[in-house]
Amino acid sequence: MTERELKKSIKEISPIDVYKLLPRTNCGECGFPNCMAFATKLVNGEVAIEDCKPLLKEENKQAYSKLKELLAPAVKTVTIGAGERLVKVGGKYVMYRHEFTYHNPTPIAVDVTDEMDDKELEERIKKIEGFSYNYIGRTLKLDMVAVRSVSNDPDAFKLTVEKVAKMTDMPLILCSFNPSVMEAGLVQVKDRRPLIYAATKDNWKEMAELALMYNCPLAIFAPGDLKLLRSLSRTLLEYGVEDLLLDPGTFYDEGLSDTINNFTMIRRCACKKGDELLSFPLIGTPITVWTSGEISKEIIQWKEAILASMLISRYADLLIVHSIDGWVILPQVIWRFNIYTDPRKPVSVEPGLKVFGKPDENSPVLLTTNYALTYFTVESDIKSANLDCYLLVVDTGGISVESSVAGRYLTADTIADAVKEYKLEEKVKHRYLILPGLAARLSGEAEDTTGWRILVGPKDSSGIAKFLSEKWPPKEGEE
Amino acid sequence: MSGEKEKENKKDDIILKLGPRLLEFLANLQQVELEDFEMEVEELEIRIAPTAIAAPPKGTAPPVAVPAKVKPTRILEEDFVPPIEEYPGKVREVVLGATKSEGGSRGKTFTIGGADTPSFYIFEKPPVHPPVVSIDTFDIKVPLPKAIRMHVQEVMEDPAEWAKMAVNKFGADIVTIHLLSTDPLIKDASPSEAAKTVEEVLQAVDVPIIVGSCGDPRKDAKVFEKVAEVAHGERVMLSSLTLEMAEAGTLAGPAKAAKEHGHVVLAFTAMELNNAKELNRRLYEYLPPESIVMDLTTAALGYGLEYSFTIHERARLAALAGDPELQHPVLSGSTNAWAAREAWMKLGPEFEPRELRGPLWETITAISLLLAGVDIFMMMHPAAVKTMKEIVNNLMNMGKAKPEKIADWVTVKI
Repeated sequence: MTERELKKSIKEISPIDVYKLLPRTNCGECGFPNCMAFATKLVNGEVAIEDCKPLLKEENKQAYSKLKELLAPAVKTVTIGAGERLVKVGGKYVMYRHEFTYHNPTPIAVDVTDEMDDKELEERIKKIEGFSYNYIGRTLKLDMVAVRSVSNDPDAFKLTVEKVAKMTDMPLILCSFNPSVMEAGLVQVKDRRPLIYAATKDNWKEMAELALMYNCPLAIFAPGDLKLLRSLSRTLLEYGVEDLLLDPGTFYDEGLSDTINNFTMIRRCACKKGDELLSFPLIGTPITVWTSGEISKEIIQWKEAILASMLISRYADLLIVHSIDGWVILPQVIWRFNIYTDPRKPVSVEPGLKVFGKPDENSPVLLTTNYALTYFTVESDIKSANLDCYLLVVDTGGISVESSVAGRYLTADTIADAVKEYKLEEKVKHRYLILPGLAARLSGEAEDTTGWRILVGPKDSSGIAKFLSEKWPPKEGEE
Repeated sequence: MSGEKEKENKKDDIILKLGPRLLEFLANLQQVELEDFEMEVEELEIRIAPTAIAAPPKGTAPPVAVPAKVKPTRILEEDFVPPIEEYPGKVREVVLGATKSEGGSRGKTFTIGGADTPSFYIFEKPPVHPPVVSIDTFDIKVPLPKAIRMHVQEVMEDPAEWAKMAVNKFGADIVTIHLLSTDPLIKDASPSEAAKTVEEVLQAVDVPIIVGSCGDPRKDAKVFEKVAEVAHGERVMLSSLTLEMAEAGTLAGPAKAAKEHGHVVLAFTAMELNNAKELNRRLYEYLPPESIVMDLTTAALGYGLEYSFTIHERARLAALAGDPELQHPVLSGSTNAWAAREAWMKLGPEFEPRELRGPLWETITAISLLLAGVDIFMMMHPAAVKTMKEIVNNLMNMGKAKPEKIADWVTVKI
């Protein structure tokens, strides 16, 4: 009963399989011209089943549940929290991201404890809420708060959970292995569906009762013991708790291999073996590095950031961390953002002449390559500085400036071709072209091939605004 | 599926379908009536716990569409079997460096590759050869981020001293000397001048070395041919041979020279496995496959690392599945991490100190690709190199975790 018959993996499901279960009326309510188009989007994970409104009607109930079953992910989706800020964890279909886009980016939770005073709590929550980084036009943020019972005192925990709940509407994780402490906390956040962390071999029955009573998801903590993890999973499922998360233990230093391999084995059991007892989201707790006894704070933070990033690569669906310093968090949130993007998305953007603001015949012309990330970075810098300019995007086969100069994709000749192809001379009166600083060595040759004067811009596009304010319009050669 | 199991499943189906109806009955009537429904009693066990009958569920949770179960009173024991798979293919082994008895003068050599599982699937098998680290050095003074420059300032104009520092102070397994001076647009140093630098480095250290070029397909060919000759027998790796050289008609020269003088080549392509395969096919005309390492391109964290990550995962899986054209060890130029502005730029006081953010950026770029299957890394920051070696060491063997060390993390005072 523990291994379901292996169902079709998401890659084997064709739009036809899905189409058969749709109403096939081509009503267009979903915004697509016909049911086949919707089926294609659905198979690609670009729309949700529920976007087909007619399918939700009573008479289509059977088709709906069949479709739900057909498209069910290998790892269950569990929701934590309630209202606008709820997070979905898990919902994974595959082990490798080239097989199918990963869904539900790993939420990162930061801890607070019941031994913090009001001021400490307030400051820390403000920091968690306030962390923000603008990355190619997106705002990267932290997601959850994990409240730890350090005192092991129900009253203290109750009070802290109450305060935290008032200070933030982020989803919460309540952390204690003591059921009376847990219940004291749960009472304060009945309607917020926090994650209960955690059921162990000693407290599972009481924690299961709490999960049922308060309708909360429940984490299982079985450090380094996958047999126990499966046993507890089965036991809790039989008990009636359906929304489980699994924590096989996050070991650091000499235990690192166990951590990475346990996570990998569990995910493979879920995706390839159809093991229903392990088909739940995984919790990584890089915060455990703080138990190491290491004295240097920076070394612990360094290790925590690396452990977190490794677990983002290797299958953690939720992370609990302690350090909130920008240099520690930044690589984690960027890597998380990156690895959850659609791998089919092209690495390159369309080459051509892009227009920003309202440039006229005297506006500057900048140049970059058509590598998507280079382009988006430049674009975001130009936009945030509100510049009026042209940006000549040269086709380098989707390679960045530095590599394309080295690999001869960006050369004086390709620059001249682009200037000609996109009719630059018709757009501006002047004859100045601004090259990226990393392509500086092409400037001499490019003056010969294009017949334009070359200005060497900054090495990083963050310096464009400053560069233009100092160097534009150019002083020499003005009419 | 056996007939017995099928029957078992059908039974479960019936129970599932009956579930909601039964619960409804119970809630209203406190007794069960089955209308228009015939079955043999032994075919169906109605799994309803007595407690559920006495007290039907109420309150917040909506009625559940599964049958109530008897709540277990003890842990229901299950087993765990590691999910082992078999792979028809494996990655080739490539030897870097040659000792005196092998025709060179290196004190030690490294074998890379040989992987026969996905990266660090220790539960299947530990890696045949642990990944190794090369440190980048340059033959001219190059602009470096401050966080790196501060460590190498005093040797930046002396490749031999720089190589010694990389090995003795920073623990490099291998040293890469980038001959940037040969770039026609920089100094246009002659192949002989460049080769002299290589000789100096070979004398300064006894580890295997990698020789990097400037990226000009014509000039590189000449430089590599000369380097191959003066480093005869040392089994250096020429970094790198490209499809652009094939296009320019300059691939044969250095490839043949590598074979003649017993060296290894790095085949560089820009994040496209079909191109990687094509370049390898071209190289097979001149070289044994055991002399080819691939560079599939390393983009910095935040600037395309996910593309590098995925292409390395795909390459390893294809190699294991038996694609001979991808069964080569892979190299990552992780120093590229410093191209990310987040590695060096001022981002405000909340993101300081940059002295830590920068090397962390390089470390995470490299470690992410370690998990994707990279065999050899080109790196620069001493802290990143040190961390990489520690992590490789910690990943090599399972079974060293101490559960008691983390069992109480929830209550730890930080």
